[in-house]
Amino acid sequence: MNIHEYQAKEILRGLGAPIPPGEVATTSAEAEAIASRIGKPVVVKAQVHVGGRGKAGGVKLAKTPAEARERADAILGMQIKGLTVEKVLVTEAADIASEAYVGIILDRASKKPVFMVSPAGGIDIEEVAATTPEKILKLPIDTRYGLQPYQAMRLGFFLYDDLAKARAASKIMQQLYTAFMQSGCSLAEINPLVVTPAGELIAVDGKMVIDDNELDRRPAVAAMRDESAEEPSEVLARNASLTFIKLDGNVGCVVNGAGLAMATMDLVKYYGGDPANFLDIGGSSNPEKVVSALQIITADPNVKAILFNIFGGITRTDDVANGIVTATKKNPLKVPIVIRLTGTNEEIAMKILTENGFSASSDMDEAVKKAVALATGGKAA
Amino acid sequence: MSIFIGKDTTLVVQGITGRDGSFHSKQMIEYGTRVVAGVTPGKGGQTFEGTVPIFNTVADAVASSGANTSVIYVPPMYAADAIIEAADAGIQFIVAITEGVPVLDMTRVYAFVKDKGARLLGPNCPGLISPGESKVGIIPGSICAPGPVGVVSRSGTLTYEIVYQLTRAGIGQTTCVGIGGDPINGTNFIDALAAFEADPATRAVCMMGEIGGTDEQEAAQFVKDHMTKPVVGFIAGQTAPPGRRMGHAGAIISGSAGTAAEKIQAFEDAGIGVARRPIDFVDLIKARLR
Repeated sequence: MNIHEYQAKEILRGLGAPIPPGEVATTSAEAEAIASRIGKPVVVKAQVHVGGRGKAGGVKLAKTPAEARERADAILGMQIKGLTVEKVLVTEAADIASEAYVGIILDRASKKPVFMVSPAGGIDIEEVAATTPEKILKLPIDTRYGLQPYQAMRLGFFLYDDLAKARAASKIMQQLYTAFMQSGCSLAEINPLVVTPAGELIAVDGKMVIDDNELDRRPAVAAMRDESAEEPSEVLARNASLTFIKLDGNVGCVVNGAGLAMATMDLVKYYGGDPANFLDIGGSSNPEKVVSALQIITADPNVKAILFNIFGGITRTDDVANGIVTATKKNPLKVPIVIRLTGTNEEIAMKILTENGFSASSDMDEAVKKAVALATGGKAA
Repeated sequence: MSIFIGKDTTLVVQGITGRDGSFHSKQMIEYGTRVVAGVTPGKGGQTFEGTVPIFNTVADAVASSGANTSVIYVPPMYAADAIIEAADAGIQFIVAITEGVPVLDMTRVYAFVKDKGARLLGPNCPGLISPGESKVGIIPGSICAPGPVGVVSRSGTLTYEIVYQLTRAGIGQTTCVGIGGDPINGTNFIDALAAFEADPATRAVCMMGEIGGTDEQEAAQFVKDHMTKPVVGFIAGQTAPPGRRMGHAGAIISGSAGTAAEKIQAFEDAGIGVARRPIDFVDLIKARLR
């Protein structure tokens, strides 16, 4: 789950990190009021879950409260990479002497959170890694012991020669690490970490990505989710414990397991069709999930055929069959459905489907070909 | 022969009385797995299905039954503790089926299990099966048959699909291993490939990968440098849009790192046969077994 910059900054501020004063606004009048309270030049920043806000015109400097109002007016409602800006952060503008990058990323290779710091901050860290890798220090952290003081100092000295600044930076490293662990992050960044002409360190931008698996035990973090920043059908799917991603094709896919779901989409494409979505009903059996899945898929007017591909392991295929029967009784389908299921309790599932007037096969290629033919009116495959 | 589990596997089931745990324990017993103990705190002293003794702790279960392998079906928030408990009780092979384990928990768990010298498979995996010998996890026994092919996969149901197609074509398996799709897991492709290379009964290997990360590229390098046995590979997610998460925490592609095209190229460079569809495994493996 992504959280907004202003939310990440609130978490860091709560831990004592040097975050410039700022508040979030949803109207230009609020933005003006916040700028007045700050009483200094401000930056108005679009709060959307995409990178490259600055380049898209979503980050603007305002010298007066009236200017902040104008800037907010222009940014609110703006589209950045398909997402509408609903909120802006109005925050004190910083004087910048130098910029550094500080990040923590959960690393698959070392199986640890890895600190990544670079004195070349403010720009794309991937570019720094590609062109001047010597300017990046990577430091894996053993979460059983946490970030040790000497490690935090080592990170600080990599950024600054000066002891006072290295110490101040090491304190920020500890605060970022605490935020990372307490919020259940897979990524936390301060970019840039700025040194002002007066020699003070401040965190000018913050980003945090939360591991979805953490949300059940961290209700305060889960409450930060901003559903207005997400695709509505994906919100509906998540609330039904489904993983759904909308695509542009016309074969609606309902599959159990992410790997098989992707392989099914690939096979739809292979036989000349286009998948309308990725939808994983997950591992556990529950007829209700199938009902929700069908609701979401049939709401997409592009869908011309529905393809079920279920391979029962922990999922019981009879539960899926019951779900299909219940859902279609409630809302009769307007498009053809092709069902493939095999595995756990397959005989019972086939019986349920046959008794209710459905046919099903146990062969994946056959089912995919049939669904593609139905969706394209027989033009493909 | 087989890898990781076989006829001498003695199993303790953690979470044996839960919905998934009890269902799959019955299936494992039916398949012939030697399920020697179960653990559910508070139900120590009872028995499962009248035959399997239940204990309050893994330490008690190991002391009484001598189990050498554990399988875990507990809810995600308790999974890290369950894995550490198993390793601490001296279990040498731990299979964690649980889906949704927080990745930060796994950073501690991985380090602990490694220090204990144990092997972890998963979490968020279907487990493994050595057809005709033992099954630990949730892979349906009915789709497998004994034979010369090793199978290793990051996915659950995609593994079933391919094993099912192999079996229907008369190609049996030594062991089918699902390593799971999480960013931090106990056993990776290379661990399984090395075990198959060392297993005299395995004559060829099927490997099913996914978009995201670089595990498949590293596995391809391992095949090139260390394997004498033929390998056939598949990558799921060729049509996935960049930058989107597709269910598994592992299946993320952003930019050029971890795309299907990149992984397929790595397979081809390593001399791995590339299956474009799941069904293609059948002919590619047949040709390599000749």
